[in-house]
Amino acid sequence: MTAKPTMIEFRDVQKYYGDYHALRGINASIRAGEFFSLLGPSGCGKTTLLRTIAGFEDISSGAVLIDGKDAAQIPANKRPTNMVFQSYAIFPHLTVEENVGFGLRRAGLDKAEMGRRVGDALAMVGLTGFGKRAAHALSGGQRQRVALARALILKPKVLLLDEPLSALDKKMRELMQVELIKLQRHVGITFILVTHDQEEALVMSDRIAVMFEGQIAQLDDPETLYRRPKTRQVADFIGTMNFLPATVLSDTPDGCEVEVAGLGRCRIAADQAPPGGNGQDTVVGFRPETLTILYDGQAAPERETPGKVEEVVYYGDMTYYDVKLDGVSAAVRLSMRNVPGRPVLDIGTRARVAWSPDALVLFR
Amino acid sequence: MRGGWFKVYTLVYLVFLFAPIILLPMFAFNDATVIAFPLSGFSTKWFAALADDPPLHDAVRNSLIIAVTTSILSTTLAVFAARASTRYRFPGKAGLMGLIMLPLVLPEIIVAVSLLAVLLGLGVNLSILTVILGHVLICTPFCIAILSSAFQSLDRSLEEAAYDLGETSFSTFRLIILPLVMPGIISSLLISFTISLDEFIIAFFLAGTQATLPVYIFSQFRFPQAVPVIMALGTILVCLSIVLLCIAEFFRRRGLARSGAKDTGGFL
Repeated sequence: MTAKPTMIEFRDVQKYYGDYHALRGINASIRAGEFFSLLGPSGCGKTTLLRTIAGFEDISSGAVLIDGKDAAQIPANKRPTNMVFQSYAIFPHLTVEENVGFGLRRAGLDKAEMGRRVGDALAMVGLTGFGKRAAHALSGGQRQRVALARALILKPKVLLLDEPLSALDKKMRELMQVELIKLQRHVGITFILVTHDQEEALVMSDRIAVMFEGQIAQLDDPETLYRRPKTRQVADFIGTMNFLPATVLSDTPDGCEVEVAGLGRCRIAADQAPPGGNGQDTVVGFRPETLTILYDGQAAPERETPGKVEEVVYYGDMTYYDVKLDGVSAAVRLSMRNVPGRPVLDIGTRARVAWSPDALVLFR
Repeated sequence: MRGGWFKVYTLVYLVFLFAPIILLPMFAFNDATVIAFPLSGFSTKWFAALADDPPLHDAVRNSLIIAVTTSILSTTLAVFAARASTRYRFPGKAGLMGLIMLPLVLPEIIVAVSLLAVLLGLGVNLSILTVILGHVLICTPFCIAILSSAFQSLDRSLEEAAYDLGETSFSTFRLIILPLVMPGIISSLLISFTISLDEFIIAFFLAGTQATLPVYIFSQFRFPQAVPVIMALGTILVCLSIVLLCIAEFFRRRGLARSGAKDTGGFL
């Protein structure tokens, strides 16, 4: 599992559109066989970065290496990469078969071999029997599959996916997420996905690069990204995060002693508190699911703080509560699994909130 | 009766628009030289007279040569211009495209007079070639308007996808772009052909001794006995226009069906 070779390497990649600085020094490497995501809000440069791999976008300085070779020397139509476009870019005047087999035109295959490979590709994406259909007569999900089959038929080293699921409805999207993961495991090649949907990135990726304003803010596996975001911006973008103002009382190599508004004094381990000395103006973040409302007779496993329920949002399996902790002006959000025999609380109820210092992350 | 007057207005409008055209075949098959009611009897002699009129044949030949050449030239030029204006960004593009499209609103008489002055100044002999020159000038903006919308509706990622799958930019143009804008190209050819075929002012100024069909028709109206023959000719032309229009519409609809796009109304 460890030490997989590098497939894509970005070395200080810069990109300007006139005065606009679209990519600001990207350094990253993507391993062979990895499902990698570029995640960020629109305009953060994630699509531009993907297009530099495909060869549709020149870079202003730096280098992009594909399997160890400088990509600048390879024109887009010769690169060992293929792309699934956001609009799918299915050729509307061709049949499904002709679309999927398009990339094989130059391979000089005979008719039987061509038909066999197109058939295999269609089978791989679950479209066996659709070969003769007109491309424009397909549904969104089917177009998506044709685009996948067409891109994979050339057996590229890297498959580039530019927001491939954004045009699908929620159900279809969730279905395709699972199918894409399975497909990636099956073919074993590197997938690079561009998305603005943090949930999609968390579900599908081995590793995620979160981008803001042309820079990579954090590159980690989904769990690390979710539990230990490095900056407040990343924490805010991925999932829901509560923030409370805090003061660092002492900063030692094995953690920080912190006074958090509402929660009081506690200790945060070093890997969740970047060093930076003592001081005010810091913020502590924690996820909604790390808080629990204690019912009568329940004792807090670690710490507890009293508060008042301000808002209740019922989701069936879950209930979200906004609770105003005593001594804090803004409410924090917490999520609770609904269990039979435990009624949903009313607005205005006094409640005890249990929390753990292990769940806190300090942002400087 | 709400909208009653609107119905009357619509009816009057349509009668005014189409009645003269309906009169055309009526008198073309009428057995009298004078264009007046009542009709005297059925006859096809005016059509027969058409076959026996060498100057008319010359005019038809001239017009066809001019119209075919004009439609091919102006469509070719328009393909380049439409592609450039929809795909690339370059300084002064808006101004340049505006100037190219200007002949759409420029009075033809001005185009005709200024072209005549320049050609005579250069010592060029007036002929079919000079008419083609003038017609290309006025047809190209129409072709660009038609083709721009064809190129505009082309998803840029289609080209990128073909390139990504190993094609060159030339083969991408041939395999993807050209087939997808083909309905637009056919429309452009038919429209410019029609415009050139019935254009009068420029042809009248620049044709010299080689009269085109409209110029010939106009000259014939001086002779009363020629009028029923012109009616017969007009009838044939109306039928031809309808056929052309149907062909253009057929290709447009087929193009839409092939690309699965929604029909947003004809190009006319």
